[in-house]
Amino acid sequence: MSTFEALSGNEAVATAMRQINPDVIAAYPITPQTSTVQKFADFVADGLVDTEFVTVESEHSAMSACVGASTAGARVMTATAANGLALMWEIVYIAASNRCPIVMSLVNRALSGPINIHTDHSDAMGIRDSGWIMMFSENGQEAYDNIIQAVRIAEHENVLLPVAICQDGFITSHGMERVEIYDDKDVKSFVGQYSAQWPLLDLENPKTFGPLDFYDYYFEHKRQQVDAMEKSQAVILDVAKEFNKKFKRDYGLFEAYRIDDAETAIVAANSTAGTAKTVVDGLRDEGLKVGLIKPRVFRPFPAKELADAMSHLKSVAVMDRSASFGAMDNAGPLFLEIVAALAVNGVQAPVVDYVYGLGGRDILTGEIEGVFRDALEIASSGRAEQTVTYLGVRE
Amino acid sequence: MEQKGWKDIPIAGMILEAGNAEEYETGGWRAFRPVFGQADCIHCFQCWLFCPDSSIRVDAENEKMTGFDLDHCKGCGICASVCPVNTKVIKEAGEKLERGDERLCIRMVEEGSIEE
Repeated sequence: MSTFEALSGNEAVATAMRQINPDVIAAYPITPQTSTVQKFADFVADGLVDTEFVTVESEHSAMSACVGASTAGARVMTATAANGLALMWEIVYIAASNRCPIVMSLVNRALSGPINIHTDHSDAMGIRDSGWIMMFSENGQEAYDNIIQAVRIAEHENVLLPVAICQDGFITSHGMERVEIYDDKDVKSFVGQYSAQWPLLDLENPKTFGPLDFYDYYFEHKRQQVDAMEKSQAVILDVAKEFNKKFKRDYGLFEAYRIDDAETAIVAANSTAGTAKTVVDGLRDEGLKVGLIKPRVFRPFPAKELADAMSHLKSVAVMDRSASFGAMDNAGPLFLEIVAALAVNGVQAPVVDYVYGLGGRDILTGEIEGVFRDALEIASSGRAEQTVTYLGVRE
Repeated sequence: MEQKGWKDIPIAGMILEAGNAEEYETGGWRAFRPVFGQADCIHCFQCWLFCPDSSIRVDAENEKMTGFDLDHCKGCGICASVCPVNTKVIKEAGEKLERGDERLCIRMVEEGSIEE
């Protein structure tokens, strides 16, 4: 039997970790992730898990310990945010290229500086080329559900890649919500047992891991990573299907909210998507044909599927909660991918970008409504005056 | 050696076969090579112990050092540096000896300077 509990996003993720009961968790405290591993430490102290909980001296060490444990053949998880992820960065790449199926809860927070502890997506965007599968979560329920699915995705024999599950710092990580927690035994049977194909601790069959790899084979190993990333999309969908069958929650590559007859849509990830749904409903009541695309899977980026879902739109407004300094028109990373996806797949609609919410700046329904009204105007005129708007910044 | 494509090699650069570094002959990297000199080897195995490439050949049964595996020796000269007989020869000579000096036990000579 599942139960409904009042939990913060971090507590929901920690609860998923307890139910998954991984062999090893190595983590270092950093706001706003800290309450995840703090809660998990309670589970360790209370004897509710068998996990080897490694309290390391830095995030670089946390990810290093994760890579070592994963190579040994363990099921491994960690959690971090912002500057912690930045300190992990070197090993984040190694985790992916060594094909370690580590699952990370990434609680999105603005990267320094100036130093800030509140949410934006600059930390996640920093690892978008690292070889990790990346998924966004609108709320605590989705963070919980995504963490459970991530284990299966990461460990699938066609994948063997690490997975980062994102949620917004404080807004989701510390906001208390009603979360459906599934029965422990159902979660355990869903994730199953992990049996590493090439465990380091198989002493009868010694192997070498992470050897020097020059111009003669490095390229081939990178090509394999591309292949695994490509194959992961089908696995993500299969796991979602099985998850839906068992737990009655339907996940895809992205959520298309009231999009079928829409003239325009906003693309927004994580908690802002929830706010945007309220705005969509309000505008729909006025008879305006607006919708929302909420990316769930950011890596691998579902370009063709997004283009198919958006092919009928007359305009698109992307909302980027991070800046990409010096990129085309200084547009954000989500915008650039959406524009590329639409262009390559022959979708002609004008697309504009709204960079918003940096460093945790609130995004309010009135502002999102303004974006929709702009986008409707662009839809009727067929052209956009400017590519990037800084939403909510003081002039 | 024919190089394989990305579909035909283990992922992540894993080497699934133990000890296959032996198949990779690194002797061609050598600028200097170790050879026996005039001083008799005392079979102390210091060279065998310190060689970073497992390139000292020994007859384990008879406890004898028998020579050098030149398919893998990179010519680093550690064997000559740690050889206690070399130390004794230098001390008795009372002068600094070139490392190719014929009086030593293990001497390092330029690759190609002596006949095979």
